[in-house]
Amino acid sequence: RWEMLQLPLVVTAQVDLLLVLVSLLAFWTRLSHLNYPNAVVFDEVYYGQFVSLYMKRVFFIDDSGPPLGHMILASGAYLGGFDGNFVWNRIGAEYPSTVNVWSLRLLPALCGALCVPLVYLLTLELKFSHLSALGAAVLLLLENSLIVQSRFMLLESVLIFFVLLAFFSYLRFHNAPSSWLILSGVSCGAAVGVKYMGLFSYLLLLVVASLHTWKLIGDKTISHMNVCVQSVHRVLCLVVVPVLLYVFWFYVHLSFLNRSGPHDQLMSSAFQASLQGGLSRITRGQPLEVAYGSQVTLRSSVSQPIPCWLHSHKVNYPIRYDNGRGSSHQQQVTCYPFKDVNNWWIIKDPGRQQLVVDTPPRPVRHGDVIQLVHGMTSRFLNSHDVAAPMSPHTQEVSGYIDFNVSMPAQNLWRVDISNREAESEVWKTILSEVRLIHVNTSAVLKLSGVSLPDWGFRQLEVVADKLFKAHSSSLEWTVEEHRYGTSQEQKEREAELHSPTHIDVDRKISFWAKFVELQWKMLTVKQEESEHKYSSSPLEWITMETNIAYWLHSSTNAQIHLIGNPVSWGVANLSLLAYQLLAVVYLLRRRRGLKDVPDGVWDQFVCLGCVCVGGWLVNFVPFLLMDKTLFLYHYLPALCYLYLLSPALLEHAHTHLLSSVTHQRALCVGALAVLLSIFLTYRTFCPLTYGSPELSAHQLQGLKWRDTWDILYRRR
Amino acid sequence: MAKAECTPKWNTLALRNRKTCPTPEKSFQTTFTPVSKDKNSQTAGHLAGGDTQSSNGPSGQFLARESIESPSKVLLMLVAGLSFSTRLYMITEPPHVCWDETHFGKMGSYYINRTFFFDVHPPLGKMLIGLAGYMSGYDGTFPFIKPGDKYENQNYWGMRGFCATLGSFLPIFAYLIVLELSNSCTAAIIAATLLIFDTGCITISQYILLDPILMFFIMAAVLSMVKFNQQRYRSFSASWWLWLVLTGINLAGALGVKFVGLFVIILVGLNTIWDLWRLLGDMSLSLVDIAKHFLARAFALILLPVILYVTIFAVHFVVLNKSGPGDGFFSSAFQSRLIGNNLHNASMPEYLAFGSTVTIKNLRIAGGYLHSHWHLYPEGVGARQQQVTAYLHKDYNNLWVVHRQQDNNSQSGNPDLVRHGDIVRLEHKETTRNLHSHLHEAPLTKKHFQVTGYGINGTGDANDLWQVEVCGGRKGDPVKVLRSKVRFLHRATGCVLYSSGKTLPKWGWEQIEVTCSPYLKETPSSQWNIEDHINPKLPNISLSVLKPNFLEILLESHIVMFRGNSGLKPKDNEMNSKPWHWPINYQGLRFSGVNATEYRVYLLGNPVVWWINLASLGLYLTMVAVASIATQRGFSLGQQRIGGGLLMLGWLLHYAPFFTMGRILYFHHYFPAMLFSSMLTGLTLDILFRSADLLLHPPYSYWFQRAGQLLLLFSILYSFYLFHPLSYGMTGPLAHEPGSAMADLKWMDSWEF
Repeated sequence: RWEMLQLPLVVTAQVDLLLVLVSLLAFWTRLSHLNYPNAVVFDEVYYGQFVSLYMKRVFFIDDSGPPLGHMILASGAYLGGFDGNFVWNRIGAEYPSTVNVWSLRLLPALCGALCVPLVYLLTLELKFSHLSALGAAVLLLLENSLIVQSRFMLLESVLIFFVLLAFFSYLRFHNAPSSWLILSGVSCGAAVGVKYMGLFSYLLLLVVASLHTWKLIGDKTISHMNVCVQSVHRVLCLVVVPVLLYVFWFYVHLSFLNRSGPHDQLMSSAFQASLQGGLSRITRGQPLEVAYGSQVTLRSSVSQPIPCWLHSHKVNYPIRYDNGRGSSHQQQVTCYPFKDVNNWWIIKDPGRQQLVVDTPPRPVRHGDVIQLVHGMTSRFLNSHDVAAPMSPHTQEVSGYIDFNVSMPAQNLWRVDISNREAESEVWKTILSEVRLIHVNTSAVLKLSGVSLPDWGFRQLEVVADKLFKAHSSSLEWTVEEHRYGTSQEQKEREAELHSPTHIDVDRKISFWAKFVELQWKMLTVKQEESEHKYSSSPLEWITMETNIAYWLHSSTNAQIHLIGNPVSWGVANLSLLAYQLLAVVYLLRRRRGLKDVPDGVWDQFVCLGCVCVGGWLVNFVPFLLMDKTLFLYHYLPALCYLYLLSPALLEHAHTHLLSSVTHQRALCVGALAVLLSIFLTYRTFCPLTYGSPELSAHQLQGLKWRDTWDILYRRR
Repeated sequence: MAKAECTPKWNTLALRNRKTCPTPEKSFQTTFTPVSKDKNSQTAGHLAGGDTQSSNGPSGQFLARESIESPSKVLLMLVAGLSFSTRLYMITEPPHVCWDETHFGKMGSYYINRTFFFDVHPPLGKMLIGLAGYMSGYDGTFPFIKPGDKYENQNYWGMRGFCATLGSFLPIFAYLIVLELSNSCTAAIIAATLLIFDTGCITISQYILLDPILMFFIMAAVLSMVKFNQQRYRSFSASWWLWLVLTGINLAGALGVKFVGLFVIILVGLNTIWDLWRLLGDMSLSLVDIAKHFLARAFALILLPVILYVTIFAVHFVVLNKSGPGDGFFSSAFQSRLIGNNLHNASMPEYLAFGSTVTIKNLRIAGGYLHSHWHLYPEGVGARQQQVTAYLHKDYNNLWVVHRQQDNNSQSGNPDLVRHGDIVRLEHKETTRNLHSHLHEAPLTKKHFQVTGYGINGTGDANDLWQVEVCGGRKGDPVKVLRSKVRFLHRATGCVLYSSGKTLPKWGWEQIEVTCSPYLKETPSSQWNIEDHINPKLPNISLSVLKPNFLEILLESHIVMFRGNSGLKPKDNEMNSKPWHWPINYQGLRFSGVNATEYRVYLLGNPVVWWINLASLGLYLTMVAVASIATQRGFSLGQQRIGGGLLMLGWLLHYAPFFTMGRILYFHHYFPAMLFSSMLTGLTLDILFRSADLLLHPPYSYWFQRAGQLLLLFSILYSFYLFHPLSYGMTGPLAHEPGSAMADLKWMDSWEF
């Protein structure tokens, strides 16, 4: 027993002091004075509203990216005790003392700081020296634009962090197989979950991984079984895990946000009913089965251009339209995007006169023929062979008025439940999607998507279309509000309140249905195309043609801009060009059998290109094809890959291209000089990066290195 | 020989029935298999690797060559006959304008009448249509106003017949290409059959459209390229040169018809790069030889097509020398070439003077005239004042009157000239509002200021004043009409009148935005010239405008075309076709007729053919994946190699780019890709049938093969019988109504016949 105590207690630790040093510097540059300025900076105004909604657990849709990014920002806010009570309405608005600004900005800043040591480690995994690793870390450390982007409640630094982590852990795994692969898969899932742009980096990683796997498959020294196991392992970690994680983010998002909010209207009725408040409050206690005599509002399933309800009002179609065509002059039927008493319709059995529900109620089933009576005007929903006002190839739909002009009523509609499970399915509130087929002409009631002119109060046109046009969701209607009518008298009916029954709407809609619907809406919601004052085109990013003003002090000239370190950008561009030239020369010469570098070095060179130049390409080229408003900060992920490339390429040139010692020395001196100037430029632009100290107009003028930069001066 | 016994009825040579007739197996295998390999592999044609050749002997080679030739010729004749008869059948029906005939027929007429027009496509297709019309006695007088117009006595059959003839070549080319790639008649005949009996291909070939012409050139280019690839062991021979040059010519043709031709150029380019890469790795060739190869390809595939392409435009400009509807899209200098244009041999006062009525044209290509109209900017878009835009067509609303700062309208004697540095007020002639700017954001380019029409009858405010600046001029220089580049600097804000080139939304009638830019860099967007100049008090003198040279015209017309193309955005309420709709044949296009009483033609692929194509794509990818993994693991698959990488690439290149396009897309954009897909199907199914012997024993595998082929043929023919009314016209009730001839054929709800 005493022997144990006699053993020396030894801790052997190897600490890479360089790594520690750059990490400390990174934390210092990213985290110092994080709560200055104490005001809303640039896109904080955008992300902030979602953070607030998270705090209040109110449902929202944001088409700019999947929910993980918002969740990360929100968790920062949660840690700081933010209660969501702040109106994010303009850039520059001061935060009240109740808002803990530091905690709001902490997580993005941490991610931004961690990118620096990650780049260091990544360079080592690419099998370059510690010196190169230091170079890459310093380039990232002294990049003003990355600092600015990290220090506020924005998502780019988070994205960059996860992407770098994914590559680092993958290469770690590749160099020495271990459990790092699972981390790589998790980071990929996180990167895609933060922004859709992460998808392209993920695909690149998949390509690199499948190239490596392909080599593995070709290795005939390994048994078939082993190859199978290894491939499945990779697929599990790099495909299955990220996909599951991606869905998981949505699962958390949806289970967290369970209250109705401003974006409800975009979702289907069933989805809305699953949220607390809003529609579910209205629909609570509604009868489930639509019966003869039911009073209903019919919502169009399509939410383009806006969600709306079948509507009619006491105004007739004009006798002649502007282009000279005639109409039936019967009562207008439209689709109206607001809740209104004129949205109520009563379902009537054509064979009977009464407008009340029997006891017990007789439910309407798939295939039944009904009439629809407008609640307030008692007109029957009618269609006939008259061209619709705006879409003349379709039939007009009207509230029938008998003018005695040999135009008989054609007001029978067949109920066609398109999502039915059985042939005799009952029409259900909210859940059933119904097509109303006109019996006389077999045309289908649909939203044409066009607005009526002034005579129709700019409401949306409703028509009956004979041809089953593709866009099937424009043909479908759901019953949203529903009550069983009890009053036969018109006046009584108008005043009738709903009488809840004991049957409750089944509000359970599965997670998958919600996930699919939300994801689809996020990808298809079209935002108003508008140019922003600081937006730019991708080709301008390479030369940093534009900047973005993030914040200007309300009274002084202190300001924050997204401006990169011009020297570093130059270095990055140069190395990109140099790599491509060198690669072309190498390739051509190798094809002719001239091997300039040994095979091992060549593999390292190719791997560098795959990760860095490939990474730059996948993070830049897609923007060229995009049709949306773009900003300089979209270029930052691509830029990081170039910073990774530059020192590695320099090292390659130093060891393999330059033979004489004097050349090598010159290169070192040159590199040092460049590093020094990078540091000096970083110092020069610091006031615009940190927003302090305040500069005079003259000094600001001096910082305007390019004519196209927009730096603000306050007139005194 | 034993060969005679095992000769099947349908086609002799396509199949290596090694199991049924074992004797000739050896020679067959060695002669044919290498060809069916991936086309990039080194072995090709009958000149296989040395070891096989020695075992083979020249006689066997000859025999094989001959024996593949004779049945393939018969089949070729059969393909040609069927192809021509299906395309030319009922070519004159319906006797009215169908769908886009209204555009391309009209443009053909413009060539016959030699009037200038503007279109977003290059001119070759329309020139050929015009030529065909001219040769067949059409006189260019039919107006082609809208679809449905009756042709009456016009000779429209020539133009339609010409397109149909070119369209008839597609199955023939497909047959030859697949035959060349696989050396299997079965594969070739499957590909040709798919195309011959595809209702979509028939319909699109039968009308006056650019697509049959485009597809003809695409397929011809691919065929020449494949033929050229087969010549690789006879470098610089006559046939090598022939196919190389033919490839170049067809590339120029394809690009000359539509810019979609660019995709086939990329295909050929990639193939050439691959070829050169192979040559570079061939250590038996010296660098000089490689340079020769490179130069030959550069000449035939780059230089020659460029020359031809430019020639097409030269002919276009020479033929169209009269003023027509396309003038306003082009610069003043360009218009002066056109007979009948008011700038042709123009005569007007030479220097701009106060009191003149002028039109002001932006110098950016397709920049438009400074324009205003009674409509106001809508609520929320800057100040609610009158819109000022740039407009491409000639119009009275383009007229502006040049005034002095303080108005003294009643001048006597000769008016004063406007000089560099003078302050002017520009009054819109129709609405008497002044050109005005102020510190509001412009509607689209938010960094610029809004430009409006303000005031009435010449009274306005200080924001109506603009300083005239002649580019490169000094103070006091007069402004030359047409020749001076002028900028208008806003006095109050210091910004410069600018045309951003962005199209305004519906409220601005989709005209071009005009702004006032605070960035004073001299660009064509901020430079204007005075085009029309009316001042009765000044003497008119004849102006010989600097005629632009050919390269300038060429460049200008291209920029105008690209602008036009990217301007074809889908309208809000229009149902537009999405690329993913196309391969599944989701929805067609109505060529003619809507109602039950009309003669209806509906462009829709034969669903059986299209779905077979779709399935084959998946099948192909699976087969490639399985085969390559097996090879990588060191299994030998024998001769079962899959070719067709080239066709897959062709399909991808003609399909994938549409996903990134912002312009409006139509179903018929898929047809070039569909051709590649059908050829790939031919290859894939052929190999699938032949691979039966991996699973089944000899007699069964042979029966399986036969049964598969017959089933395929039968299903294609029967579906064509069912769906042929789509192409050759339907009358009577619509398909979903009772009593229609097409009842029960509406397999997808989205089809609209």
